[in-house]
Amino acid sequence: MARIWTRGALPVAALLLTTTLAAAQTLRIGLADDPDVLDPTLARTFVGRIVFAALCDKLFDIDEKLAIVPQLATGYEWSADHKALTIKLRRGVTFQDGEKFDAAAVKFNIERHKNMAGSNRRGELAPVTNVDIIDESTVRLDLAAPFAPLLAQLADRAGMMVSPKAAQAEGDKFGSHPVCSGPFRFVERIAQDRIVLERYPGYWNKGEIHFDRIVYLPIVDATVRLENLKSGQLDFIERVGTSDIAALKSDNRFKISRITEIGYQGITINVGHGDRAQASPLGRDPRVREAFELALDRDAIVQVAMDGEADVGNQWVAPTNAFYAANVPVPKRDVAKAKALLQAAGVPHPAFTLMTATASDAQKIAQVVQSMVKEAGFDVKIQSTEFATSLDMADKGDFEAYVLAWSGRADPDGNIFSFDACKQPLNYAGYCNKAVDDLLNRSRTALDPAERKRIYGEIAAIVLKDRPIVYLFHRHWLWAYTNKLSGLRTVPDGLVRVQGLKMN
Amino acid sequence: MVKFLIQRLATIVPTLFFVSILIFGLQQLLPGDPAMILAGEERDPTVIAHLHQKLHLDEPLPMRYLYWAQGVLKGDLGESVRIQKPVLDLVVEKLPVTLELALLAILIALVVGITAGIVSAVARDTVWDYAANVLALWGLSTPNFWLGIMLILLFSVTLGWLPASGYVSPLVDLRANLAAMIMPAFVLGNAIAAVLMRHTRSAMLQVLGTDYVRTARAKGLEERVVVLKHALRNALTPVITLGALEFGTLLSGAVLTEQVFTIPGFGKLIVDAVFNRDYAVVQGVVLCTATAYITLNLLADLAYFLVNPRLRDSQA
Repeated sequence: MARIWTRGALPVAALLLTTTLAAAQTLRIGLADDPDVLDPTLARTFVGRIVFAALCDKLFDIDEKLAIVPQLATGYEWSADHKALTIKLRRGVTFQDGEKFDAAAVKFNIERHKNMAGSNRRGELAPVTNVDIIDESTVRLDLAAPFAPLLAQLADRAGMMVSPKAAQAEGDKFGSHPVCSGPFRFVERIAQDRIVLERYPGYWNKGEIHFDRIVYLPIVDATVRLENLKSGQLDFIERVGTSDIAALKSDNRFKISRITEIGYQGITINVGHGDRAQASPLGRDPRVREAFELALDRDAIVQVAMDGEADVGNQWVAPTNAFYAANVPVPKRDVAKAKALLQAAGVPHPAFTLMTATASDAQKIAQVVQSMVKEAGFDVKIQSTEFATSLDMADKGDFEAYVLAWSGRADPDGNIFSFDACKQPLNYAGYCNKAVDDLLNRSRTALDPAERKRIYGEIAAIVLKDRPIVYLFHRHWLWAYTNKLSGLRTVPDGLVRVQGLKMN
Repeated sequence: MVKFLIQRLATIVPTLFFVSILIFGLQQLLPGDPAMILAGEERDPTVIAHLHQKLHLDEPLPMRYLYWAQGVLKGDLGESVRIQKPVLDLVVEKLPVTLELALLAILIALVVGITAGIVSAVARDTVWDYAANVLALWGLSTPNFWLGIMLILLFSVTLGWLPASGYVSPLVDLRANLAAMIMPAFVLGNAIAAVLMRHTRSAMLQVLGTDYVRTARAKGLEERVVVLKHALRNALTPVITLGALEFGTLLSGAVLTEQVFTIPGFGKLIVDAVFNRDYAVVQGVVLCTATAYITLNLLADLAYFLVNPRLRDSQA
C-alpha cells in the first residue's frame, strides 16, 4: 500500500505576493482553558493541541472526513508484513530556528517521544522499535507488530516535529521556548494570560498563511469569552456555551461553526473494579444495565442537557464515523421492557450512586438521567465531586457509575482500547473479557479498513451488551467568530487550522 | 528599639516555620493523586510513575517537606509541573498585577465610600441619605461575578468604551492599563465602598453631635469647614483603620474578579494551581502571601512603636 501526495506542495507565487502586500494582521483566539506545557512530547491537554496546530507541523494531518493527509510527509508505504512503515518527507522544510528538517530530525523526534522522561507519547508509539534513516528524505519505522492506529498517532502530537538543535539545548525546559516547523513561531507566554505567536517567514507553505500574529487568550468562563467576542476583543472563540447559540444566530456580525466531536459523553459503570462493583445491582447484573440503558431517552438528554448541541450515539464513535458498527444501532427508549428486565433480575427498584464532576454539563446530564430512569424504577443518588477527586475515586474503583467524557482520537482504537481492554489505565469500569481483548488486538493489526470495520462490529456486539460504558452522545464543537473571518476548516478533532484562514 | 526589633524578628522565624508546615500539611489533605491529574487524559502509568518520582510522592511526608523546605531556604520555590516555569518567576510576574488591582480598588472604595458616608450623615433623613443607604445595600448585596458581567455588557459590548478583559502593564501603556483595570477595580472596590460608607456615616453622625463641633458652628464657621476640617478628621480614624484591614481581604476577593476579567494575577494563579494539583505553585504562592502578611504586621508594630511614646517607654 503506497500513497504519494503532490497537491499543495508547490507554493503559488501570486499568493505569496498578496500575502507580502497585506497589512499586518493579528488573529485573537479565545481559548476555554490555559494550555499546559508547549512541548509536544510532554503535552497533555486538548487546548494545548489548538496552539500546536499553528506552532508545530506534524508528519500527517487528518481532514474533515478523518482521512490521513500529508503535512511534513509526502507519502508512506507499508511493508508486505505490515511491520515497517516507510515515510517520504517533504523537502525544503526548515524549523523556526532555520535548522533543516530531514530524516535525521524525524529519527531524533520519534526517539525523543519514546525515551524522554515523562513523555506522554511513549504509549502512542510503543510498537515502534527502531527508526532507520534510508536517505535524507526517507525514514523507516520498524514495528514489533503491525499497528493500524500508527498513522493517526503521527497525525497528532506523536507526529509533531521539533527542532533537534533547540530541543537538545533546552532539555526538559524546551516547552518554555518551543521551536517547531509550523507556520507560526513562539514569541511569548504569560501564564493564564496569553500566548503570542508570529508568522514564520520560512514556512514551507507560507502562501496559505494570511496573519502576522496569533494571540491565544485563555478565558475560562464561556459567558466572558462570548462578551469578549461581541465587544471586538476577540476574533474567534472556541467552545461556545450551548445556551448562547440561539442569541448568536440572530447577530449577523458573527458566524457559528459546529462540528461533531470525535470523542463521546458516557456513563462508566463499575462492573469489575473492586468491591463496589459487586455491591451495586447495576455492576452485578447485565440485565440491570440493559434496563438502565432502555430507560434512557438520548434525544431528550441532548435537548435538555446540551440544548440540542450534540448527536446521539451508543458507541465510542459517532454514527457518522466510518467505523460505526451498524449492527448495534442506538436503542429506543422502552420503559416497559426496562421494568420487565428489572423484575426478572429480582430488583424492581435498584439503587445506585451516580458520580459526576462539578462541571455544569456533567451535572445536568446526571440530573436528567436521574429523573428519566426513575420511571423504570431506578433510585439514583447523584454524587457531585470535584474533578480531580472524582478521577481518583474512579481510579480506585470507589464508584458505581460515573458521568465521564472523552475528547476522542482520530483512530477508533484511541476511543476504545484503553477503556475496554483488560487492565488498561483508563479502564475504570474494571471490564475484562478475553474475547474482546483478542478482537481489540486484531483490530490493531488489521490494516485493511473493511477488515477493521468488521472486527469493530464484533467488538460492538459484545461490549455494548456487557455495557461497561453506556455511551450517550457526541458533543458539537461550537465555534463563534467574526463574519470577516473566512477559510475556516471544520475538522472533527476540534483544532483550529490556521492554513487558509484570513480576515476579509 | 533594637531590642524590640530583635524580639519581633525572633518570633518571625518560628511563625514562618509553623506556617510552612501548615501550608505543606494542609495541601496533602486535598483528595486525589496529583500525578493522576498532571498525567493528562491518557494517564499513562509510566508518566504517573515518573511524576511520582519527580515530585517525591512515594516518599514519607516529612521527607517531602524536607525536600521542599531545603529548596525554599535556597530561594528555590520549585517549578510548576503544569507549565514548567519556576514558581518564583510566576510570583514575581503575578504579584504586581494583583497589588495594582487591589490598590485601585481601595482607592475607588475610599473615594466613593467616604464621600457617600459624609453626604449621608450631613443630609441625614433626606433623600440623599436614603439614596446613599440604598447604594450601600446594593453594593453589599451585589455578587462580584454578576456585576462584572453587567459592566462588560454595558461598557464593552454596548458602548464599546472599555476592553472586556485582558491586562496591559502600566510600564508598557498606562492608558491601556487603566482602561483594562477600571472595571475590575470598581467591581472589587464596590462592596468595600459600601462598608466604608456605613462606617463613615455612623462615625460622622457621632462626631457631628459632639461639643467641639457645636462650638465650631457657634463660632460662625462655614458648614463646609465644620464638616470637612473639624468633623471628618476625627471621624476618619476608625475608617482608615478599617480600610487598611479591608486591603488584606481584597487580595482574596481578587480571585473571582480576576476570573471574570481575565486578569492574570495572584488569585487566578492559585485557583488554577489548586484545581490542577500543581502543588509547588500552591505552596510557593501561599508561603509568599503568608510572608507578606507577617512582614506587614511587623511594619505595623514598628509604626505603633514609633508613634506611641508609652509603648516606646515600656520597651526601653
